[in-house]
Amino acid sequence: MTETVTKKLMLFFPKCECEKPIIYHLVKDYDLVVNVFRAKVTPEEEGYLVLDVTGAEENIDRAVEFVGTFNVTINAAGKGVTWDPDACTGCGHCVVHCPTGALHISDRATMEVAFDEEKCIECLACIRVCPYDVCASAF
Amino acid sequence: MKTYQEINDRIASGKAVVMTAEEIIDYVEGKGLEAAAAEVDVVTTATFGPMCSSGCVLNFGHSKPKIRMSEAWVEDVLAYTGLAAVDVFLGATQLRHNDPANMYPPGEFRYGGGHVMADLVAGKELQLFALSYGTDEYPLREIRTYFTIDDLNQAVMVNPRNCYQNYNVAINCSDRTLWTYMGKLEADCKNANYCSAGQLSPLLNDPLYETIGVGSSVWLAGAHGHVYAEGTQHAGGGGRNEYDVPTGGSGTLALSGDMKQMSPEFVRGVSLVGYGVSLGVGAGVPIPILNPGVLKRCCIRDEQIVAPITDYSSDYPNATGKVLGHVSYKQLKSGKIDVDGREVPVGSLSSYSKALKIAELLAAEIRSGDFLLSQPYAMLPADTNMKPLKVRDKTT
Repeated sequence: MTETVTKKLMLFFPKCECEKPIIYHLVKDYDLVVNVFRAKVTPEEEGYLVLDVTGAEENIDRAVEFVGTFNVTINAAGKGVTWDPDACTGCGHCVVHCPTGALHISDRATMEVAFDEEKCIECLACIRVCPYDVCASAF
Repeated sequence: MKTYQEINDRIASGKAVVMTAEEIIDYVEGKGLEAAAAEVDVVTTATFGPMCSSGCVLNFGHSKPKIRMSEAWVEDVLAYTGLAAVDVFLGATQLRHNDPANMYPPGEFRYGGGHVMADLVAGKELQLFALSYGTDEYPLREIRTYFTIDDLNQAVMVNPRNCYQNYNVAINCSDRTLWTYMGKLEADCKNANYCSAGQLSPLLNDPLYETIGVGSSVWLAGAHGHVYAEGTQHAGGGGRNEYDVPTGGSGTLALSGDMKQMSPEFVRGVSLVGYGVSLGVGAGVPIPILNPGVLKRCCIRDEQIVAPITDYSSDYPNATGKVLGHVSYKQLKSGKIDVDGREVPVGSLSSYSKALKIAELLAAEIRSGDFLLSQPYAMLPADTNMKPLKVRDKTT
């Protein structure tokens, strides 16, 4: 049995590609489980989609290749939400509002705040509660 | 016993022994109080957090022809002009003109006086717009121009209240989310927020105001500033626990410093959803180890400092004085506290990591001989309490 892996992707859809059912093909043709965190894809407008894809690595690679045949930009780092470590004051107000522990106190002795991108589901709670405008959304 | 002069002589010769309020705890435990007091000259304390009672006095210099500003805005944030012709006072919580505030609550409060102060220190170019009624010697009626901090004659930060000695732990017992100056408080006590540097906090290391007083030199956001008065709402009287930590009202400091010497890392605009704008600022206060008693009180630990848990849905806004319990900073910094048998996750508005950095930066400056201590010329009152505002009829 092939080992399954999960990858986070952020896709940018220019205006011309917004009406194509690309995600349907990821499921149907490449046997991937998709978990959409956040999407803003509106007909006649450019849009973004942040999702996890789970399946055989080979299928994920082929699926990424398939998506690449459209005029869609793939950001495999999947950063729809960014955290600026230089701007962060380390107050820790965000930490209890982050549902997945992506934003966390890395060391309780120094109370430093750290951000684990892998755990971020882009709920955007941090953007609202950060007093210092440290977190930002790509869309 | 050491004097300020002896300590300053050692600092000037580069021989002073300086430790942070965190380092000193274990050092004294290992070395013994008397021996450590003879050896250590200065303990550095610090805090970083939103300080709403902040502002700055700016002098713009005179334009040709001259103007006596009667209304002025910096980046559309109103500044107070009831001073001399081109002096203004800009307050940290002043909101930008046309900001909808809490018209559609909770408002975002993206920009205000605190952000202007942060941009000024960061060297950004800002817009000044001012109006005047015009006078014989100040004929100009309107001015719009751009400036940076370098163009100003003076830019002086004033914090009428900084370094609060102790503070509430905010919680929300109601059934709706609250948006407060203590951050977002989820309904039904689902989280709590505190705001103090605990064992690093200046007035918790000098709880009886033995060394920190009016005239004390302080580190304010990277500048060499000083304590110019007791802070607003200073309430040095009232109960204290066995470690002299205030259990109720507590002390505050009024600080001032030259913004041209400040670092943008420690002067930050604050936006608190649903509440408003403010200024995040860092302060460091050196404590001269004059005798073993002073040193003993610098060894305060997070587990010895307790703060009252206050319900911000009813007890705080209605000033009932009721508290739900007390909790130590050790518990708060663990990220979870116990409230009536329930585990509640805790966040903070004060940055311990920044406070630690400030305490270390100040210690380094003192060790290198660049920062001297000053003996206060007036001590902070230790017997005053906070007065409420009474709503009453005119008496005469």
